[in-house]
Amino acid sequence: MADATSGEPIRLSPKMRLQWEKAQNAHVLLYPEGMVQLNESAAVILALCDGSRTVGAITQELIQRFGGETLAEDVTEFLDVARSHGWIVDA
Amino acid sequence: MPEPSVKGPLWLLAELTYACPLQCPYCSNPLDFTHRHQELDTATWKRVLDEARELGALQLGLSGGEPLVRQDLDEIAAHARGLGYYSNLITSGVGLDAGRVRELKQAGIDHIQLSFQSPEQQLNDYMAGTSAYAHKVDMARAVKSNGFPMVLCFVVYRDNIDQIDRMLELARELEADYVELATVQYYGWAQVNRQRLLPTLEQVRRAELETRAWQERLGSRMKIFFVVPDYYERRPKPCMNGWGSVFLTVTPDGTALPCHAARQLPGFSFPNLREVSVEHAWFHSDGFNRFRGDGWMKEPCRSCDEKDKDFGGCRCQAFQFTGDPANADPVCEKSPLRHLVDEVLQQAVVTSAESPLVFRNPKNSRKIAADAA
Repeated sequence: MADATSGEPIRLSPKMRLQWEKAQNAHVLLYPEGMVQLNESAAVILALCDGSRTVGAITQELIQRFGGETLAEDVTEFLDVARSHGWIVDA
Repeated sequence: MPEPSVKGPLWLLAELTYACPLQCPYCSNPLDFTHRHQELDTATWKRVLDEARELGALQLGLSGGEPLVRQDLDEIAAHARGLGYYSNLITSGVGLDAGRVRELKQAGIDHIQLSFQSPEQQLNDYMAGTSAYAHKVDMARAVKSNGFPMVLCFVVYRDNIDQIDRMLELARELEADYVELATVQYYGWAQVNRQRLLPTLEQVRRAELETRAWQERLGSRMKIFFVVPDYYERRPKPCMNGWGSVFLTVTPDGTALPCHAARQLPGFSFPNLREVSVEHAWFHSDGFNRFRGDGWMKEPCRSCDEKDKDFGGCRCQAFQFTGDPANADPVCEKSPLRHLVDEVLQQAVVTSAESPLVFRNPKNSRKIAADAA
């Protein structure tokens, strides 16, 4: 679990592009010769990875917006996956 | 009529020109490229980009030939960026210099894929038909220092498949983000040189093991993709992820194709985007609709429970081997014509490494045309 007050701010990898695709009615993540269609929660989380927030700050913000007991765990889990794919990096 | 389930293209491969300063004998461009002088102009390319984007195309490959030959490359790239494409420049690096790399970044190219013929200078330059190796290394550094994500593409064939370790060492040294070990696909010039380019089964298996060891060691730090030669597989590749499903290729003269090799297929008249819109070509042309879905399939594909997975394989390969593009891709072990692929593999084993390669250049193009006439 990420600590709400420690850790580096994170950002979308400079090698990735996040954009809204009208044709797919979804956000997509674009990278060399590939793309991923994101579900709504993934897109919301990645949009917060703007280089100013830590994992903890992102989680806090999402809890404030959406509430939910298990949310912190889900967010951390998603960000771990995102990091392992190289989608996000330390700012 | 198109099936109601047909969606727009996701990928647009724009072959901007067949002109290329290199002469690689594994090139998949058509043999008669010299007859196809009439390139689309800038305004028409922009319209093609507009129309494909409107249908949902998102990934753009700027390819050729060598796309850097086009004087309007930056203008096309800037237009693509404005439309929201992710632009991949697929280049040999010949024609680049540090200043050009910077300009391409400003124009809005998102990623550069740089190809090598070999990690070894002598073989690289022999296959390219020109001294290009040292320049490619310099350009890889320039690509990285300008903040581009970089894919290094090594085209893999018999004479370099034993150099996998050196390819990946070079890629790591140059800080590639992705590496494609792309076994030659035998279309165009590569088909002419097939016997000479095909690696042996032992070479392929060894290369796979070496690649896997690197993948385990490096993980996501440098992603490595190994495109296995499908002649050695038991099932065909899901070619183009299905005919007219996600890929749209546009050739230098504006012909719209479901894949870059499809023009060789007999009995087709593929639409030209000088005359029709992308929407018309994609949804309403016979060329794109012919092999959509599975109604066109024959046995053994028709009753196969894997037909939704591999779509019967590659239509061009079915044509090249069996004469009928609607047959099962003979790579499949269920094909009654699989022996045709095995015969090619057997011939390749006994083809001497001394036997000559036919290099892709205008002289050889004209000679092949004259011999065929």
